[in-house]
Amino acid sequence: MRRLPDRGRVDHDHRVSFTWDGRTVEGLRGDTLASALLASGLRVLGSSVLMSRPRGVVTDGVCDPHAFAQVGTGDATEPLVRMHQVECHDGLVAESRIHRGVLPTGADPDRFEKRHAHCDVLVAGGGPAGLAAALAAAEQGARVVLVDDHPQLGGAVLGEDLILDDAPADHWVRHAEERLRANPDVTVLTRTTAFNVGDQGAVALMERVSEHLAPAHRGGRALRRLWQVRTHQLVVATGATERPLVFADNDRPGVMLAGGVRGLLHRYGLVPERCVVVTTNDSAYRTAIDLVGAGVEVPCVVDARPDPSGPLVQRARDLGVEVRSGCAVIGTDPDAEGALAGVRIVGLDGGAEEAVACDVLAVSGGWDPLMDLHHHVGGQARWDAERLRFVPEGTVDGLRLAGAAAGLVGTAACRRDGHLVGLVAAEATGFGSAADGPAVPAADEEPEGAPADLVVVPGTDPVHAFVDQHRDVTIAGVERALGSGLHHVEHLKRYTLVGTGTEQGRTAKVNAGRMAADRFGLPFAEVGVSNARPPAQPVTFGSLAGRALGARFDPVRTTSIHPWHVAHGAVFEDVGQWKRPWYFPQGAEDLDAAVLRECAAVREAVGMMDASTLGKIDVKGADAGAFLDRLYTGVIGTLKPGRARYGVMCKADGMVMDDGVVLRLADDRFLVTTTTGGAGGVLDWMEDFLQTEWPDLDVWLTSVTEQWATVAVVGPRSRDVMAALAPDLDVTQDAFTFMQVEEAVVAGLAARVARISFSGELAFEISVPMTWGLALWEAVFAAGQPFGITPYGTESMHVLRAEKGYFIVGQETDGTVTPLDLGLDWMVADKEFVGRRSLRRSDMLRDDRKQLVGILPAERLPEGSQLVDDEAFEIPVPMIGHVTSSYESAALGRPFGLALVRRGRDRIGETIYAPLADRTVAVEIVDPVIFDQEGARRDG
Amino acid sequence: MFQIRCPYCGPRDEPEFKYGGQAHVAYPADPEALSDEEWARFLFFRDNARGRYAERWNHAAGCRRWFNVIRDTGTHEMVGSYQVGEQPLDAR
Repeated sequence: MRRLPDRGRVDHDHRVSFTWDGRTVEGLRGDTLASALLASGLRVLGSSVLMSRPRGVVTDGVCDPHAFAQVGTGDATEPLVRMHQVECHDGLVAESRIHRGVLPTGADPDRFEKRHAHCDVLVAGGGPAGLAAALAAAEQGARVVLVDDHPQLGGAVLGEDLILDDAPADHWVRHAEERLRANPDVTVLTRTTAFNVGDQGAVALMERVSEHLAPAHRGGRALRRLWQVRTHQLVVATGATERPLVFADNDRPGVMLAGGVRGLLHRYGLVPERCVVVTTNDSAYRTAIDLVGAGVEVPCVVDARPDPSGPLVQRARDLGVEVRSGCAVIGTDPDAEGALAGVRIVGLDGGAEEAVACDVLAVSGGWDPLMDLHHHVGGQARWDAERLRFVPEGTVDGLRLAGAAAGLVGTAACRRDGHLVGLVAAEATGFGSAADGPAVPAADEEPEGAPADLVVVPGTDPVHAFVDQHRDVTIAGVERALGSGLHHVEHLKRYTLVGTGTEQGRTAKVNAGRMAADRFGLPFAEVGVSNARPPAQPVTFGSLAGRALGARFDPVRTTSIHPWHVAHGAVFEDVGQWKRPWYFPQGAEDLDAAVLRECAAVREAVGMMDASTLGKIDVKGADAGAFLDRLYTGVIGTLKPGRARYGVMCKADGMVMDDGVVLRLADDRFLVTTTTGGAGGVLDWMEDFLQTEWPDLDVWLTSVTEQWATVAVVGPRSRDVMAALAPDLDVTQDAFTFMQVEEAVVAGLAARVARISFSGELAFEISVPMTWGLALWEAVFAAGQPFGITPYGTESMHVLRAEKGYFIVGQETDGTVTPLDLGLDWMVADKEFVGRRSLRRSDMLRDDRKQLVGILPAERLPEGSQLVDDEAFEIPVPMIGHVTSSYESAALGRPFGLALVRRGRDRIGETIYAPLADRTVAVEIVDPVIFDQEGARRDG
Repeated sequence: MFQIRCPYCGPRDEPEFKYGGQAHVAYPADPEALSDEEWARFLFFRDNARGRYAERWNHAAGCRRWFNVIRDTGTHEMVGSYQVGEQPLDAR
């Protein structure tokens, strides 16, 4: 297209330079990528997704099915960016990739922000209706947010030659904007798209904060900002979009929507050399009128109606434009690069084709209100069979459509509607009364001729006539789908992909639905269109993620001892949000070597472990014991102060939920420990029962996980270490027995010491306030040196406990395992507790349930290995269990593990098999307690 | 994203809350007296109706209190919130 020197809203004095497919292109300040490329003479943007046909710009806005590009370089590159939203700036780098983009592989270097806001009335769309709605609501006193996705307010006014109050509509727009910006209760957000409406007035906005600027001018600002707004009332004034017509080769670059051609003229001063207009309605005559006014040759307006009349038609005729009534365009002819060189016009009641040369064909098949946001919350629409457009049907609570989005036509009528809707929205929010609000602006009806009912031009070549240009869906493709029995528009959509494009199929969906209705002889109202679902415009993952990336994605929890672990080369594993030392490699040790060394040290001398991450819940109150008795399978209430007991909790379904040791600190006070990952869930679950089932109990729950650091000193020499650390504490077996709890001074620190063992070894767990954790750890490490104290991590802890047959929640259990399956019959007391009734459901009493056993495989098995009865088997083979834990044992000098096996406890001594990919391994079933079965090591 | 009114703190965004399923399903007073079928009905069966539904929410990132909400499952309208132990709002 050609740029007129004195037209458009671009700054003709400021050139900008950018890169398109590696070559430098110049545009003007105010250009979009699309308009600058058109101004440079480019017509073919790229090729279509399936058929590789040349494709170009179709309109001037984001409903364009082809105007997508790859924008940015390196890891900042973004695919499928809407070219009509890319504002040209120096240094912009874009590539022709209209349907298939390239994703960056590295981290996104751009920054994205989020912001939350509240308002009374949010207005989506800054055209005449939206501006009037925002003004009216704001003047009634409501807090208003007005958003518009363009850099400037005005909507259709920017892309048309419109009159309001006997002056260019621009004047009123600037006046309205000034009043809005002067009101401190109004927030005006340009370059911002409302892309999703949720429940209770939740509206998501994407603001383009700095991406329209050259990177050097962004000043450290975020590229985009996600707004999550709660509004009392939402006014949707998003305008309307034009429908194309379906005829052969309607996808040639140069075939454009008539409103888009006007927009390119009024926004960017771009005009064709010679433009034919084809239409079913009056609106496209504006294109002819405006182009002739700009000095462009318009050979004819091709109108499907036999007798078009009305003021716009008359104005065009008065300008000398020939009107070819009762005609349509049946095909187009290409130039050398495949762009439009001419059209072929045919009478709808027959006659010969006539060729007319042109470089742009401006098409109008009618207008569709943009009601996406209304549809997001279940709003309905009705097909107006006379005006051939959807209009909203009924209302959705808190959402109102205004202007062209509500099906209205005419600038003044839309402004008037917006004003009224703004008043009603303010009143619904408690501001003023719509009846005595500011005066309603007058609006003369603009007489409009009835449109012609035309979608597919009869007799056109169905193989090259596109219904959805973005997805390359032709008449033939739609016919094939309909003929295959896909009668519903949602099926048609999924089979042909019609309406699924990045531009949300806005130019395709109505035509596809109308073709389906015609094919089956149904009223279109019964067929309808496929659903509009969020987002109304694509948003990138990066802009949704905001700054919640990397370390900010999820909190990282560390103990106060963590710096020591880091300094001593620990390898960490994530347990929930916690970083726990997995193992402490020495020299070139790998995991297996380190674990063998660590385990041997614990069994033979002494080890130490940071157990601070275990969940800890302070349970206080007169009924604390009774409360815990109702939750644990065992009895807790009889515990004496200064004693500890191991307990297991089930959910109501009888499945093991969590386990841990309970310490009774006083008559009315317990300290419950949970698994590291389960702490939050256990506290929530306890609160649930306390608040909703037993609110009469005098019990108070407090999470103290982060208040206490715990160091476990474990192994036959642990008593020696303790004696050195706490000279005033009698650690002899008679004075300090298993499961005893003592308050003591340890390494000069006030501490709680408990004889709890998760390894079967003599062990002391020392707890101090979390801030003292590192001091305690270092003191234990120093005091343990004479005894060869060895720090160990979670992997060695797992091996040591597995040797003793202790299960781990989430490893041996998976929500289908009961305490009885784990062999914990002795822990299931004869009293009521949550889940008890489930333990005698028929399924729990089956005699072939999987039970926890120990296994001695011929070689170390992968955890999760399936187990079968026979060494030789044919697939399918019944699987009788699986390996839950599998390690190499230093103490046993061989591989071992734990498994859940059907009737496993009855099968101890038997051999079963683990089929691996290339071999089958024999597995002996043994008692779960493989090491120190008599428990001789517990007391040192 | 729902906006949920905590009876103790006021309206807050959904991410502050944890869902607790159907309300007014009490843990049976004497589970041992129930048949397998009755127990299974308590464990596994919940209403799944379109329309007004009484459900439990916990203000997990706020006051940590459990409370009840009447929500319309068809329209997502939050009809009202009330404290545990209060009479339910009209759920029909």
